[in-house]
Amino acid sequence: MTVTAAFFYLFATITIASGFMVIASRNPVQSVLFLILAFVNAAGLFLMMGAEFLAMILVIVYVGAVAVLFLFVVMMLDVDFAALRQGFLQYLPIGGLIGAIFLLELILVVGAYAIDPGLVRSPAVPIPAPDVMTNTEALGQVLYTRYFYFFQAAGLILLVAMIGAIVLTLRERVGVRRQDISKQNARTQETAVEVRKVPFRQGI
Amino acid sequence: MEFGDILLAVAIMLGKSLLMLVALLIFIAYALYADRKVWAAVQLRRGPNVVGPWGLLQSFADLLKFVLKEPVIPAPANKGMFLLAPLVMCTLALAAWAVIPLNAGWAIADINVGVLYIFAISSLGVYGVIMGGWASNSKYPFLGALRSAAQMVSYEVSIGFVIVTVLMCAGTLNLSKIVEAQDSSLGILGWYWLPLFPMFVVFFISALAETNRPPFDLPEAESELVAGYMVEYSSTPYLLFMLGEYVAIMTMCALGTILFLGGWLSPIPFAPFTWVPGVIWFVLKASFLFILIAMVKALVPRYRYDQLMRLGWKVFLPLSLAMVVVVAAVLMATGNAPGVR
Repeated sequence: MTVTAAFFYLFATITIASGFMVIASRNPVQSVLFLILAFVNAAGLFLMMGAEFLAMILVIVYVGAVAVLFLFVVMMLDVDFAALRQGFLQYLPIGGLIGAIFLLELILVVGAYAIDPGLVRSPAVPIPAPDVMTNTEALGQVLYTRYFYFFQAAGLILLVAMIGAIVLTLRERVGVRRQDISKQNARTQETAVEVRKVPFRQGI
Repeated sequence: MEFGDILLAVAIMLGKSLLMLVALLIFIAYALYADRKVWAAVQLRRGPNVVGPWGLLQSFADLLKFVLKEPVIPAPANKGMFLLAPLVMCTLALAAWAVIPLNAGWAIADINVGVLYIFAISSLGVYGVIMGGWASNSKYPFLGALRSAAQMVSYEVSIGFVIVTVLMCAGTLNLSKIVEAQDSSLGILGWYWLPLFPMFVVFFISALAETNRPPFDLPEAESELVAGYMVEYSSTPYLLFMLGEYVAIMTMCALGTILFLGGWLSPIPFAPFTWVPGVIWFVLKASFLFILIAMVKALVPRYRYDQLMRLGWKVFLPLSLAMVVVVAAVLMATGNAPGVR
Protein backbone atom coordinates (compact mmCIF):
# COMPACT_ATOMS: atom_id res chain seq x y z
CA MET A 1 0.00 0.00 0.00
CA THR A 2 2.75 2.43 0.88
CA VAL A 3 4.28 1.98 -2.57
CA THR A 4 0.94 2.80 -4.19
CA ALA A 5 0.52 5.85 -1.99
CA ALA A 6 4.06 7.03 -2.77
CA PHE A 7 3.40 6.76 -6.50
CA PHE A 8 0.06 8.53 -6.14
CA TYR A 9 1.67 11.48 -4.38
CA LEU A 10 4.52 11.52 -6.90
CA PHE A 11 2.14 11.70 -9.89
CA ALA A 12 -0.24 14.11 -8.16
CA THR A 13 2.56 16.49 -7.14
CA ILE A 14 4.08 16.54 -10.61
CA THR A 15 0.66 17.07 -12.21
CA ILE A 16 -0.13 20.05 -10.01
CA ALA A 17 3.36 21.52 -10.23
CA SER A 18 3.46 21.26 -14.02
CA GLY A 19 -0.10 22.64 -14.18
CA PHE A 20 1.17 25.66 -12.28
CA MET A 21 4.21 25.95 -14.54
CA VAL A 22 1.91 26.04 -17.59
CA ILE A 23 0.69 29.46 -16.54
CA ALA A 24 3.85 30.58 -14.79
CA SER A 25 6.56 29.87 -17.37
CA ARG A 26 7.67 32.79 -19.51
CA ASN A 27 8.17 30.89 -22.72
CA PRO A 28 4.97 29.66 -24.43
CA VAL A 29 6.72 26.59 -25.86
CA GLN A 30 7.79 25.62 -22.36
CA SER A 31 4.18 26.13 -21.23
CA VAL A 32 2.98 23.60 -23.77
CA LEU A 33 5.70 21.15 -22.75
CA PHE A 34 4.64 21.46 -19.10
CA LEU A 35 1.05 20.87 -20.22
CA ILE A 36 2.25 17.62 -21.82
CA LEU A 37 3.98 16.64 -18.59
CA ALA A 38 0.71 17.28 -16.75
CA PHE A 39 -1.20 15.07 -19.23
CA VAL A 40 1.29 12.22 -18.92
CA ASN A 41 1.14 12.30 -15.13
CA ALA A 42 -2.65 12.41 -15.24
CA ALA A 43 -2.44 9.27 -17.38
CA GLY A 44 -0.27 7.76 -14.63
CA LEU A 45 -3.00 8.57 -12.09
CA PHE A 46 -5.60 6.88 -14.34
CA LEU A 47 -3.37 3.80 -14.52
CA MET A 48 -3.18 3.64 -10.74
CA MET A 49 -6.98 3.58 -10.59
CA GLY A 50 -7.00 0.65 -13.02
CA ALA A 51 -8.42 2.71 -15.88
CA GLU A 52 -5.77 1.56 -18.35
CA PHE A 53 -7.84 2.28 -21.46
CA LEU A 54 -8.53 5.89 -20.42
CA ALA A 55 -4.86 6.39 -19.54
CA MET A 56 -3.67 5.25 -22.97
CA ILE A 57 -6.36 7.22 -24.81
CA LEU A 58 -5.39 10.32 -22.82
CA VAL A 59 -1.80 9.94 -23.98
CA ILE A 60 -2.71 9.12 -27.60
CA VAL A 61 -5.31 11.85 -28.08
CA TYR A 62 -4.13 14.71 -25.89
CA VAL A 63 -0.38 14.24 -25.89
CA GLY A 64 0.02 12.59 -29.28
CA ALA A 65 -2.29 14.80 -31.31
CA VAL A 66 -3.81 17.81 -29.54
CA ALA A 67 -0.64 19.00 -27.81
CA VAL A 68 1.38 18.51 -31.01
CA LEU A 69 -0.99 20.93 -32.73
CA PHE A 70 -0.73 23.36 -29.79
CA LEU A 71 3.04 23.22 -30.02
CA PHE A 72 2.85 23.63 -33.77
CA VAL A 73 0.74 26.78 -33.48
CA VAL A 74 2.73 28.24 -30.59
CA MET A 75 6.03 27.74 -32.42
CA MET A 76 4.65 29.31 -35.59
CA LEU A 77 3.04 32.32 -33.92
CA ASP A 78 5.35 35.16 -33.13
CA VAL A 79 3.56 36.34 -30.01
CA ASP A 80 5.27 38.95 -27.89
CA PHE A 81 4.45 37.61 -24.45
CA ALA A 82 6.25 40.42 -22.67
CA ALA A 83 3.74 42.86 -24.18
CA LEU A 84 0.85 40.62 -23.19
CA ARG A 85 1.98 40.74 -19.57
CA GLN A 86 1.93 44.56 -19.47
CA GLY A 87 -1.56 44.90 -18.03
CA PHE A 88 -1.15 42.12 -15.48
CA LEU A 89 -1.92 44.21 -12.39
CA GLN A 90 -4.79 45.93 -14.13
CA TYR A 91 -6.56 42.62 -14.81
CA LEU A 92 -5.56 40.98 -11.54
CA PRO A 93 -8.73 41.88 -9.54
CA ILE A 94 -11.21 40.59 -12.10
CA GLY A 95 -9.11 37.50 -12.82
CA GLY A 96 -8.81 36.82 -9.11
CA LEU A 97 -12.57 37.24 -8.69
CA ILE A 98 -13.33 34.71 -11.45
CA GLY A 99 -10.78 32.32 -9.95
CA ALA A 100 -12.33 32.67 -6.49
CA ILE A 101 -15.85 32.01 -7.81
CA PHE A 102 -14.63 28.96 -9.68
CA LEU A 103 -12.81 27.64 -6.60
CA LEU A 104 -15.93 28.17 -4.47
CA GLU A 105 -18.08 26.29 -6.98
CA LEU A 106 -15.60 23.44 -7.08
CA ILE A 107 -15.54 23.19 -3.29
CA LEU A 108 -19.36 23.22 -3.18
CA VAL A 109 -19.64 20.51 -5.84
CA VAL A 110 -16.87 18.25 -4.57
CA GLY A 111 -17.78 18.77 -0.90
CA ALA A 112 -21.34 17.55 -1.46
CA TYR A 113 -20.30 14.74 -3.82
CA ALA A 114 -21.43 11.26 -2.97
CA ILE A 115 -22.31 8.25 -5.11
CA ASP A 116 -26.09 7.77 -5.11
CA PRO A 117 -26.69 4.92 -2.61
CA GLY A 118 -29.51 3.59 -4.82
CA LEU A 119 -27.04 3.22 -7.68
CA VAL A 120 -24.59 1.25 -5.57
CA ARG A 121 -27.29 -1.07 -4.22
CA SER A 122 -28.88 -2.02 -7.55
CA PRO A 123 -26.81 -0.95 -10.55
CA ALA A 124 -28.66 -1.03 -13.86
CA VAL A 125 -25.74 -2.85 -15.43
CA PRO A 126 -24.05 -5.32 -13.07
CA ILE A 127 -20.41 -4.39 -12.51
CA PRO A 128 -18.23 -7.35 -13.55
CA ALA A 129 -15.05 -8.27 -11.70
CA PRO A 130 -11.85 -6.88 -13.30
CA ASP A 131 -10.51 -10.36 -14.08
CA VAL A 132 -13.65 -11.37 -15.97
CA MET A 133 -13.80 -8.40 -18.29
CA THR A 134 -11.03 -5.99 -19.31
CA ASN A 135 -11.94 -2.38 -18.91
CA THR A 136 -11.75 -1.74 -22.66
CA GLU A 137 -14.44 -4.37 -23.17
CA ALA A 138 -16.55 -3.03 -20.31
CA LEU A 139 -16.40 0.52 -21.72
CA GLY A 140 -17.41 -0.76 -25.15
CA GLN A 141 -20.33 -2.73 -23.73
CA VAL A 142 -21.68 0.35 -21.97
CA LEU A 143 -20.96 2.88 -24.73
CA TYR A 144 -22.57 0.88 -27.50
CA THR A 145 -25.65 -0.25 -25.62
CA ARG A 146 -26.82 1.94 -22.77
CA TYR A 147 -25.28 5.24 -23.94
CA PHE A 148 -25.48 4.57 -27.66
CA TYR A 149 -27.45 7.72 -28.58
CA PHE A 150 -25.25 10.00 -26.50
CA PHE A 151 -22.20 8.45 -28.07
CA GLN A 152 -23.57 8.98 -31.58
CA ALA A 153 -24.59 12.55 -30.71
CA ALA A 154 -21.06 13.30 -29.50
CA GLY A 155 -19.72 11.91 -32.78
CA LEU A 156 -22.11 14.09 -34.79
CA ILE A 157 -21.11 17.20 -32.85
CA LEU A 158 -17.45 16.47 -33.59
CA LEU A 159 -18.29 15.97 -37.27
CA VAL A 160 -20.13 19.31 -37.42
CA ALA A 161 -17.20 21.05 -35.70
CA MET A 162 -14.79 19.49 -38.18
CA ILE A 163 -16.85 20.53 -41.19
CA GLY A 164 -17.17 24.01 -39.65
CA ALA A 165 -13.39 24.30 -39.34
CA ILE A 166 -12.95 23.23 -42.96
CA VAL A 167 -15.60 25.68 -44.20
CA LEU A 168 -14.01 28.53 -42.24
CA THR A 169 -10.53 27.97 -43.62
CA LEU A 170 -11.35 26.87 -47.15
CA ARG A 171 -10.68 29.51 -49.77
CA GLU A 172 -11.33 28.95 -53.41
CA ARG A 173 -8.64 30.48 -55.56
CA VAL A 174 -9.12 30.92 -59.26
CA GLY A 175 -6.44 30.30 -61.84
CA VAL A 176 -4.48 27.78 -59.79
CA ARG A 177 -3.01 24.92 -61.77
CA ARG A 178 -3.54 21.83 -59.67
CA GLN A 179 -1.74 18.55 -60.03
CA ASP A 180 -4.14 15.84 -61.15
CA ILE A 181 -2.44 12.56 -60.33
CA SER A 182 -4.90 10.34 -62.20
CA LYS A 183 -4.55 12.46 -65.32
CA GLN A 184 -0.76 12.23 -65.08
CA ASN A 185 -0.89 8.49 -64.62
CA ALA A 186 -3.18 8.14 -67.61
CA ARG A 187 -0.58 9.67 -69.93
CA THR A 188 1.10 7.28 -72.30
CA GLN A 189 4.05 7.66 -74.59
CA GLU A 190 1.72 8.57 -77.47
CA THR A 191 0.00 11.41 -75.61
CA ALA A 192 3.08 12.72 -73.83
CA VAL A 193 5.89 12.64 -76.38
CA GLU A 194 5.86 14.05 -79.85
CA VAL A 195 8.67 13.15 -82.21
CA ARG A 196 9.29 15.68 -84.94
CA LYS A 197 11.75 15.85 -87.72
CA VAL A 198 13.33 19.30 -87.46
CA PRO A 199 14.20 20.85 -90.84
CA PHE A 200 17.80 21.98 -90.95
CA ARG A 201 18.31 25.67 -90.06
CA GLN A 202 14.61 26.35 -89.64
CA GLY A 203 13.68 25.03 -86.27
CA ILE A 204 10.15 24.14 -85.33
CA MET B 1 3.46 -7.54 0.79
CA GLU B 2 6.75 -7.80 2.65
CA PHE B 3 9.42 -5.24 1.91
CA GLY B 4 11.79 -8.00 0.79
CA ASP B 5 9.23 -9.28 -1.72
CA ILE B 6 8.86 -5.83 -3.21
CA LEU B 7 12.62 -5.49 -3.48
CA LEU B 8 12.87 -8.89 -5.16
CA ALA B 9 10.10 -8.04 -7.63
CA VAL B 10 11.83 -4.76 -8.51
CA ALA B 11 15.18 -6.57 -8.93
CA ILE B 12 13.63 -9.18 -11.24
CA MET B 13 11.95 -6.47 -13.28
CA LEU B 14 15.23 -4.54 -13.56
CA GLY B 15 17.07 -7.69 -14.62
CA LYS B 16 14.50 -8.45 -17.32
CA SER B 17 14.56 -4.89 -18.62
CA LEU B 18 18.35 -4.83 -18.70
CA LEU B 19 18.49 -8.13 -20.57
CA MET B 20 15.93 -6.92 -23.11
CA LEU B 21 17.78 -3.60 -23.51
CA VAL B 22 21.19 -5.18 -24.09
CA ALA B 23 19.81 -7.77 -26.53
CA LEU B 24 17.88 -5.08 -28.39
CA LEU B 25 20.84 -2.71 -28.65
CA ILE B 26 23.20 -5.42 -29.90
CA PHE B 27 20.56 -6.48 -32.42
CA ILE B 28 20.21 -2.87 -33.54
CA ALA B 29 23.97 -2.53 -33.95
CA TYR B 30 23.81 -5.38 -36.47
CA ALA B 31 20.57 -4.09 -38.00
CA LEU B 32 22.45 -0.84 -38.74
CA TYR B 33 25.26 -2.86 -40.30
CA ALA B 34 22.73 -4.87 -42.34
CA ASP B 35 21.04 -1.65 -43.43
CA ARG B 36 24.32 -0.30 -44.80
CA LYS B 37 25.28 -3.64 -46.39
CA VAL B 38 21.92 -3.93 -48.18
CA TRP B 39 22.17 -0.35 -49.34
CA ALA B 40 25.69 -0.98 -50.59
CA ALA B 41 24.76 -4.24 -52.33
CA VAL B 42 21.95 -2.55 -54.26
CA GLN B 43 24.42 0.09 -55.44
CA LEU B 44 27.12 -2.52 -56.26
CA ARG B 45 29.41 -1.28 -53.49
CA ARG B 46 31.04 -3.29 -50.70
CA GLY B 47 29.70 -1.34 -47.76
CA PRO B 48 31.46 -1.33 -44.38
CA ASN B 49 34.21 -4.00 -44.57
CA VAL B 50 37.21 -2.67 -42.67
CA VAL B 51 36.50 -2.86 -38.93
CA GLY B 52 36.58 -6.49 -37.81
CA PRO B 53 35.97 -9.49 -40.09
CA TRP B 54 33.66 -8.42 -42.96
CA GLY B 55 33.18 -5.11 -41.14
CA LEU B 56 31.14 -6.78 -38.41
CA LEU B 57 32.40 -4.41 -35.71
CA GLN B 58 31.63 -1.26 -37.73
CA SER B 59 28.67 -0.20 -35.57
CA PHE B 60 30.76 -0.42 -32.40
CA ALA B 61 33.53 1.65 -33.95
CA ASP B 62 30.91 4.24 -34.90
CA LEU B 63 29.58 4.21 -31.36
CA LEU B 64 33.03 4.91 -29.92
CA LYS B 65 33.58 7.68 -32.43
CA PHE B 66 30.28 9.38 -31.59
CA VAL B 67 30.86 9.16 -27.87
CA LEU B 68 34.45 10.44 -27.98
CA LYS B 69 33.74 13.49 -30.13
CA GLU B 70 33.03 16.90 -28.67
CA PRO B 71 29.35 17.84 -28.44
CA VAL B 72 28.81 21.29 -29.93
CA ILE B 73 25.95 23.33 -28.55
CA PRO B 74 25.12 26.43 -30.62
CA ALA B 75 25.19 29.70 -28.66
CA PRO B 76 21.58 30.80 -29.42
CA ALA B 77 20.16 27.33 -28.64
CA ASN B 78 17.89 26.69 -25.70
CA LYS B 79 20.47 24.57 -23.90
CA GLY B 80 18.29 22.48 -21.60
CA MET B 81 15.77 21.56 -24.24
CA PHE B 82 18.50 21.06 -26.85
CA LEU B 83 19.99 18.27 -24.73
CA LEU B 84 16.61 16.97 -23.53
CA ALA B 85 15.28 16.33 -27.05
CA PRO B 86 17.57 13.40 -28.04
CA LEU B 87 17.09 11.86 -24.59
CA VAL B 88 13.30 12.04 -24.99
CA MET B 89 13.49 10.48 -28.44
CA CYS B 90 15.75 7.60 -27.38
CA THR B 91 14.05 6.86 -24.04
CA LEU B 92 10.56 6.81 -25.52
CA ALA B 93 11.62 4.57 -28.39
CA LEU B 94 13.18 2.10 -25.94
CA ALA B 95 10.16 2.27 -23.61
CA ALA B 96 7.92 0.75 -26.29
CA TRP B 97 9.80 -2.56 -25.98
CA ALA B 98 8.46 -3.12 -22.47
CA VAL B 99 5.27 -4.70 -23.83
CA ILE B 100 6.52 -6.58 -26.90
CA PRO B 101 6.17 -10.36 -26.45
CA LEU B 102 9.17 -12.09 -28.05
CA ASN B 103 7.75 -15.51 -27.21
CA ALA B 104 4.72 -16.87 -25.37
CA GLY B 105 4.85 -15.06 -22.01
CA TRP B 106 8.16 -13.34 -22.71
CA ALA B 107 6.93 -9.75 -22.50
CA ILE B 108 8.35 -7.66 -19.64
CA ALA B 109 4.86 -6.25 -19.02
CA ASP B 110 2.02 -8.26 -20.53
CA ILE B 111 -0.62 -5.52 -20.27
CA ASN B 112 -4.17 -5.63 -21.59
CA VAL B 113 -3.82 -2.49 -23.68
CA GLY B 114 -0.43 -3.35 -25.22
CA VAL B 115 -1.36 -2.12 -28.69
CA LEU B 116 -2.57 1.22 -27.35
CA TYR B 117 0.60 1.55 -25.27
CA ILE B 118 2.84 1.11 -28.32
CA PHE B 119 0.64 3.47 -30.30
CA ALA B 120 0.84 6.08 -27.52
CA ILE B 121 4.61 5.76 -27.19
CA SER B 122 5.22 5.99 -30.93
CA SER B 123 3.01 9.07 -31.13
CA LEU B 124 5.15 10.65 -28.42
CA GLY B 125 8.27 10.16 -30.54
CA VAL B 126 7.42 13.28 -32.49
CA TYR B 127 8.25 15.43 -29.44
CA GLY B 128 11.93 14.58 -29.63
CA VAL B 129 11.98 15.85 -33.20
CA ILE B 130 9.95 19.00 -32.50
CA MET B 131 11.88 19.91 -29.36
CA GLY B 132 15.22 19.33 -31.09
CA GLY B 133 14.19 21.42 -34.08
CA TRP B 134 12.85 24.25 -31.99
CA ALA B 135 15.63 24.32 -29.40
CA SER B 136 18.34 24.52 -32.08
CA ASN B 137 17.05 28.00 -32.85
CA SER B 138 17.99 27.98 -36.49
CA LYS B 139 16.10 27.80 -39.79
CA TYR B 140 16.66 24.32 -41.17
CA PRO B 141 16.06 22.40 -37.93
CA PHE B 142 12.88 24.40 -37.38
CA LEU B 143 11.57 23.60 -40.87
CA GLY B 144 12.45 19.95 -40.34
CA ALA B 145 10.59 19.92 -37.02
CA LEU B 146 7.46 21.45 -38.58
CA ARG B 147 7.51 18.94 -41.40
CA SER B 148 7.90 15.99 -39.10
CA ALA B 149 5.11 17.18 -36.80
CA ALA B 150 2.65 17.30 -39.71
CA GLN B 151 3.96 14.07 -41.23
CA MET B 152 3.89 11.90 -38.12
CA VAL B 153 0.47 13.10 -37.02
CA SER B 154 -0.94 12.38 -40.49
CA TYR B 155 0.35 8.85 -40.76
CA GLU B 156 -0.62 7.95 -37.21
CA VAL B 157 -4.24 8.23 -38.33
CA SER B 158 -3.92 5.54 -40.99
CA ILE B 159 -1.76 3.32 -38.75
CA GLY B 160 -4.52 3.65 -36.14
CA PHE B 161 -7.17 2.39 -38.55
CA VAL B 162 -4.94 -0.47 -39.73
CA ILE B 163 -4.50 -1.54 -36.12
CA VAL B 164 -8.28 -1.31 -35.61
CA THR B 165 -8.89 -3.82 -38.44
CA VAL B 166 -6.47 -6.30 -36.85
CA LEU B 167 -8.02 -5.75 -33.42
CA MET B 168 -11.47 -6.50 -34.82
CA CYS B 169 -10.23 -9.83 -36.15
CA ALA B 170 -8.37 -10.71 -32.95
CA GLY B 171 -10.91 -9.30 -30.50
CA THR B 172 -8.30 -8.14 -27.99
CA LEU B 173 -5.82 -5.33 -27.33
CA ASN B 174 -3.29 -7.62 -25.67
CA LEU B 175 -0.29 -8.26 -27.95
CA SER B 176 0.22 -11.87 -26.79
CA LYS B 177 -3.44 -12.68 -27.37
CA ILE B 178 -3.32 -11.12 -30.84
CA VAL B 179 -0.54 -13.58 -31.69
CA GLU B 180 -2.49 -16.46 -30.14
CA ALA B 181 -5.54 -15.49 -32.19
CA GLN B 182 -3.48 -16.16 -35.35
CA ASP B 183 -2.53 -19.64 -34.19
CA SER B 184 -4.30 -22.14 -36.44
CA SER B 185 -3.65 -25.39 -38.30
CA LEU B 186 -3.01 -23.35 -41.47
CA GLY B 187 0.31 -21.99 -40.23
CA ILE B 188 1.60 -19.13 -42.36
CA LEU B 189 -1.68 -18.98 -44.31
CA GLY B 190 -3.64 -18.39 -41.12
CA TRP B 191 -1.81 -15.19 -40.14
CA TYR B 192 -3.45 -11.85 -40.73
CA TRP B 193 -1.17 -10.75 -43.57
CA LEU B 194 -3.19 -12.84 -46.03
CA PRO B 195 -6.82 -11.84 -45.30
CA LEU B 196 -5.77 -8.26 -44.50
CA PHE B 197 -3.15 -7.92 -47.21
CA PRO B 198 -4.08 -4.35 -48.29
CA MET B 199 -3.85 -3.27 -44.65
CA PHE B 200 -0.43 -4.94 -44.34
CA VAL B 201 0.82 -2.83 -47.26
CA VAL B 202 -0.70 0.34 -45.81
CA PHE B 203 0.86 -0.49 -42.43
CA PHE B 204 4.29 -1.04 -43.97
CA ILE B 205 4.25 2.25 -45.90
CA SER B 206 2.82 4.20 -42.96
CA ALA B 207 5.49 2.70 -40.73
CA LEU B 208 8.12 4.09 -43.09
CA ALA B 209 6.52 7.54 -42.86
CA GLU B 210 6.03 7.32 -39.10
CA THR B 211 9.71 6.54 -38.50
CA ASN B 212 11.01 9.11 -41.02
CA ARG B 213 12.60 6.43 -43.17
CA PRO B 214 13.32 7.01 -46.84
CA PRO B 215 11.38 7.60 -49.11
CA PHE B 216 9.57 9.72 -46.49
CA ASP B 217 12.62 11.19 -44.73
CA LEU B 218 11.42 14.74 -45.39
CA PRO B 219 12.24 16.01 -41.85
CA GLU B 220 15.92 15.41 -42.58
CA ALA B 221 15.96 15.76 -46.35
CA GLU B 222 19.60 16.61 -47.02
CA SER B 223 18.94 18.04 -50.46
CA GLU B 224 16.66 20.74 -49.04
CA LEU B 225 17.21 21.05 -45.30
CA VAL B 226 20.90 20.04 -44.90
CA ALA B 227 19.98 17.43 -42.25
CA GLY B 228 16.63 18.77 -41.02
CA TYR B 229 16.11 18.76 -37.27
CA MET B 230 19.53 17.17 -36.70
CA VAL B 231 21.62 19.94 -38.32
CA GLU B 232 22.96 21.37 -35.07
CA TYR B 233 23.52 18.04 -33.34
CA SER B 234 26.85 16.33 -33.03
CA SER B 235 28.50 13.61 -30.97
CA THR B 236 26.43 11.78 -28.32
CA PRO B 237 23.21 13.79 -28.72
CA TYR B 238 23.25 12.93 -32.43
CA LEU B 239 23.95 9.29 -31.55
CA LEU B 240 20.87 9.27 -29.30
CA PHE B 241 18.72 10.70 -32.11
CA MET B 242 19.95 8.09 -34.57
CA LEU B 243 19.61 5.29 -32.05
CA GLY B 244 16.08 6.43 -31.22
CA GLU B 245 15.21 6.39 -34.88
CA TYR B 246 16.51 2.85 -35.39
CA VAL B 247 14.83 1.59 -32.22
CA ALA B 248 11.55 3.08 -33.50
CA ILE B 249 12.07 1.27 -36.81
CA MET B 250 12.65 -2.02 -34.99
CA THR B 251 9.52 -1.36 -32.91
CA MET B 252 7.53 -0.99 -36.10
CA CYS B 253 9.06 -4.24 -37.44
CA ALA B 254 8.12 -6.01 -34.21
CA LEU B 255 4.62 -4.56 -34.30
CA GLY B 256 4.21 -5.66 -37.92
CA THR B 257 5.42 -9.13 -36.92
CA ILE B 258 2.91 -9.35 -34.09
CA LEU B 259 -0.07 -7.90 -35.95
CA PHE B 260 0.38 -9.53 -39.35
CA LEU B 261 3.07 -12.22 -39.28
CA GLY B 262 1.98 -14.29 -36.32
CA GLY B 263 4.62 -13.17 -33.78
CA TRP B 264 6.50 -16.15 -32.40
CA LEU B 265 4.41 -18.79 -34.21
CA SER B 266 6.07 -21.24 -36.56
CA PRO B 267 5.10 -20.74 -40.21
CA ILE B 268 4.67 -24.48 -40.74
CA PRO B 269 2.61 -25.87 -37.87
CA PHE B 270 4.06 -29.39 -37.45
CA ALA B 271 6.81 -31.23 -35.66
CA PRO B 272 10.36 -30.25 -36.68
CA PHE B 273 9.42 -26.60 -37.10
CA THR B 274 7.43 -26.22 -33.91
CA TRP B 275 10.50 -27.39 -31.93
CA VAL B 276 12.34 -24.22 -32.91
CA PRO B 277 12.05 -21.70 -30.05
CA GLY B 278 9.47 -19.00 -30.78
CA VAL B 279 11.92 -16.17 -30.21
CA ILE B 280 13.94 -17.34 -33.24
CA TRP B 281 10.87 -17.16 -35.48
CA PHE B 282 10.11 -13.72 -34.04
CA VAL B 283 13.60 -12.40 -34.75
CA LEU B 284 13.58 -13.92 -38.26
CA LYS B 285 10.26 -12.28 -39.10
CA ALA B 286 11.26 -8.91 -37.67
CA SER B 287 14.55 -9.11 -39.60
CA PHE B 288 12.62 -9.90 -42.79
CA LEU B 289 10.57 -6.72 -42.33
CA PHE B 290 13.74 -4.77 -41.57
CA ILE B 291 15.43 -6.01 -44.75
CA LEU B 292 12.35 -4.89 -46.69
CA ILE B 293 12.63 -1.44 -45.12
CA ALA B 294 16.35 -1.34 -45.95
CA MET B 295 15.60 -2.30 -49.57
CA VAL B 296 13.01 0.48 -49.84
CA LYS B 297 15.67 2.97 -48.73
CA ALA B 298 17.95 1.82 -51.50
CA LEU B 299 15.34 1.55 -54.24
CA VAL B 300 12.79 4.35 -53.92
CA PRO B 301 13.50 8.06 -54.49
CA ARG B 302 12.35 10.60 -51.90
CA TYR B 303 8.77 11.83 -52.07
CA ARG B 304 7.86 15.47 -52.50
CA TYR B 305 6.18 16.91 -49.41
CA ASP B 306 2.77 17.60 -50.99
CA GLN B 307 2.75 14.09 -52.46
CA LEU B 308 3.45 12.71 -49.00
CA MET B 309 0.48 14.57 -47.56
CA ARG B 310 -1.72 13.51 -50.45
CA LEU B 311 -0.79 9.87 -49.94
CA GLY B 312 -1.53 10.05 -46.22
CA TRP B 313 -4.80 11.95 -46.24
CA LYS B 314 -6.34 11.26 -49.64
CA VAL B 315 -5.26 7.67 -50.30
CA PHE B 316 -4.47 5.83 -47.07
CA LEU B 317 -7.07 7.43 -44.81
CA PRO B 318 -10.12 6.68 -47.03
CA LEU B 319 -8.73 3.24 -47.88
CA SER B 320 -8.12 2.20 -44.29
CA LEU B 321 -11.44 3.71 -43.15
CA ALA B 322 -13.26 1.75 -45.86
CA MET B 323 -11.41 -1.42 -44.84
CA VAL B 324 -12.52 -0.98 -41.22
CA VAL B 325 -16.13 -0.96 -42.42
CA VAL B 326 -15.59 -3.87 -44.84
CA VAL B 327 -13.77 -6.03 -42.29
CA ALA B 328 -16.42 -5.33 -39.65
CA ALA B 329 -19.20 -6.18 -42.11
CA VAL B 330 -17.54 -9.41 -43.24
CA LEU B 331 -16.88 -10.51 -39.67
CA MET B 332 -20.47 -9.88 -38.65
CA ALA B 333 -21.95 -11.46 -41.80
CA THR B 334 -19.91 -14.66 -41.47
CA GLY B 335 -20.41 -14.80 -37.71
CA ASN B 336 -16.67 -14.79 -37.04
CA ALA B 337 -16.57 -11.61 -34.98
CA PRO B 338 -14.85 -12.42 -31.67
CA GLY B 339 -16.61 -11.46 -28.47
CA VAL B 340 -20.02 -10.75 -30.04
CA ARG B 341 -22.85 -12.29 -28.11
